[in-house]
Amino acid sequence: MAVTEIDIRKIADLARLSLADEEVPMMTAQLNSILAHMDVLTKVNTEESIDGVIDDVIAGVKLTSDLKDTGAPLRGDAVAPVQMNTTAPLLAPESEDGFILVPRLSTHEDM
Amino acid sequence: MRNIIDMANEAVERATDARFGRDGLNIVVATNHESSIANAERVALAYGRGDAMSLPGVAIAVKDNIATLDMPTTCGSRILAGYVSPYEATAITKLRANGAIVVAKTNMDEFAMGSSTETSAYGPTHNPVDPERSPGGSSGGSAAAVAAGITDISLGSETGGSVRQPAAFCGVVGVKPTYGRISRFGLVAFGSSLDQIGVFARSVRDAAIATYTMAGSDPNDSTSASVPVPSMPEPVEAYRGRTLDGVTIGIPREYFPSSLDSDVRARCDVAIEVMRGLGAKIVDVSLPHTELAIPVYYIIAPAEASSNLARFDGVRYGRRAGDVSDLRAMYELTRSRGFGAEVKRRILIGTYVLSHGYYDAYYKKAQSVRALITRDFDSVFASGVDALFTPTTPTPAFRIGAVTDPYEMYMSDIFTVTANLAGIPAMSLPIGRVGGLPIGGQIMARHFDEPRMFHVAAALEAALGAEAHA
Repeated sequence: MAVTEIDIRKIADLARLSLADEEVPMMTAQLNSILAHMDVLTKVNTEESIDGVIDDVIAGVKLTSDLKDTGAPLRGDAVAPVQMNTTAPLLAPESEDGFILVPRLSTHEDM
Repeated sequence: MRNIIDMANEAVERATDARFGRDGLNIVVATNHESSIANAERVALAYGRGDAMSLPGVAIAVKDNIATLDMPTTCGSRILAGYVSPYEATAITKLRANGAIVVAKTNMDEFAMGSSTETSAYGPTHNPVDPERSPGGSSGGSAAAVAAGITDISLGSETGGSVRQPAAFCGVVGVKPTYGRISRFGLVAFGSSLDQIGVFARSVRDAAIATYTMAGSDPNDSTSASVPVPSMPEPVEAYRGRTLDGVTIGIPREYFPSSLDSDVRARCDVAIEVMRGLGAKIVDVSLPHTELAIPVYYIIAPAEASSNLARFDGVRYGRRAGDVSDLRAMYELTRSRGFGAEVKRRILIGTYVLSHGYYDAYYKKAQSVRALITRDFDSVFASGVDALFTPTTPTPAFRIGAVTDPYEMYMSDIFTVTANLAGIPAMSLPIGRVGGLPIGGQIMARHFDEPRMFHVAAALEAALGAEAHA
């Protein structure tokens, strides 16, 4: 399953990363080299050997559900504010009157 | 006991010297003299009043991806330059409540993605044992802080070995507790099903005290485990220097391949004989899916990272590329300028393995094989093995700049990622030096059986004595 330069540009777009033209060939070669090492997994039989648990094997989930057998534990439905440093200014790079400012979305120009 | 404020002053001075590069090692990225001393004064007052504390006046250094109120938390990344968290990690709050004084934030691979502390936006950290060599990573700054004597204890984080590997390279003790043992609240997320805060210390006893102090469930982290926390310092005190009678230690053959560095193997053999001499029953065991751990890890961790790092987009915090008028372009430029090459590489891998058409072949498959790796450990522990012993790393510390191929760098985690994938506790302790470079031995135990892990480590540490650092 070789990754092409077109794939890399598409993935970068999905990940909201802009790659310079000169970065694309190197990134393509590196990803192909890394992904080639992953192909060994295709040879492992996981269908027979883990009966019934294939769909919930994310270890974090498995671990917590194993402990109590009731799935992820939930907090009580009560307000319990996290202690925040209230002297900190709004963390956003740009803000006005307590609102975060961002550039306009160009696809909404016509609205 | 020496005066708490004097001790804090000395530690802050060491940290400040390190921050301004007086040792040339690039270990510390932030200090806050005023806040550290104010905290020391509060601790001194409470301690004088008779408040119970497990770490009264003990200075600690903290990896730059664990949130602190009084110093920036930048994850070694341009995208978070200058960011100060409005809340504090639960682990830090617990340590502070027990008298610890945070004196420094330490350098790390950017967003903990790396095994050498070379991907940091602050530049590489140098190993105090040999400055031409890497301290390991990603928690290289915290390992080096303890090795260089800046603090006796420091915090790191693990996703695939980022505490144990640098501990081995720098000749200190490094602990990764069971997944869920310590709250991840305030630890900047990388691979959420793998991440865990860990500890560096100069001795097994100090590591046990710090781990125990931070342990316990936390309503702010639903993956922190609601299970009892047994004492960890007690087994160290009770067994240190005594026997391992009745303890079965498994030696997994997959961790001793023919390609293993001969010096690492020789030091491990000595440690195994020492444990046998202490009364341990040594048995040969197999963890047959070990060789699949790196491929599995480098699918799951980047997949989780690509999702977790989506939040760094220049909107709510961190840096923003300000020279664009369109929102979409702002996201892309902010992220492209803010992230370094390794972080971009992993975001791309993660996005790829989660994308339509590849999800089943990569991500789902990796999750299934992860279950097989976990089952390997379950079977060995069910057969009566109490703990496993392996080398921590395949080689001693490599030279800075020597490893340039990304996959070759990933392979330096080969003996450590399995414990993260399975969620079990594991630690590294010094077992000797070769050519002046430290070698680490790794001890792994059952889920939530940190007491057994610390017991074996304490016995081995005491029996090796000065040989561990010779």
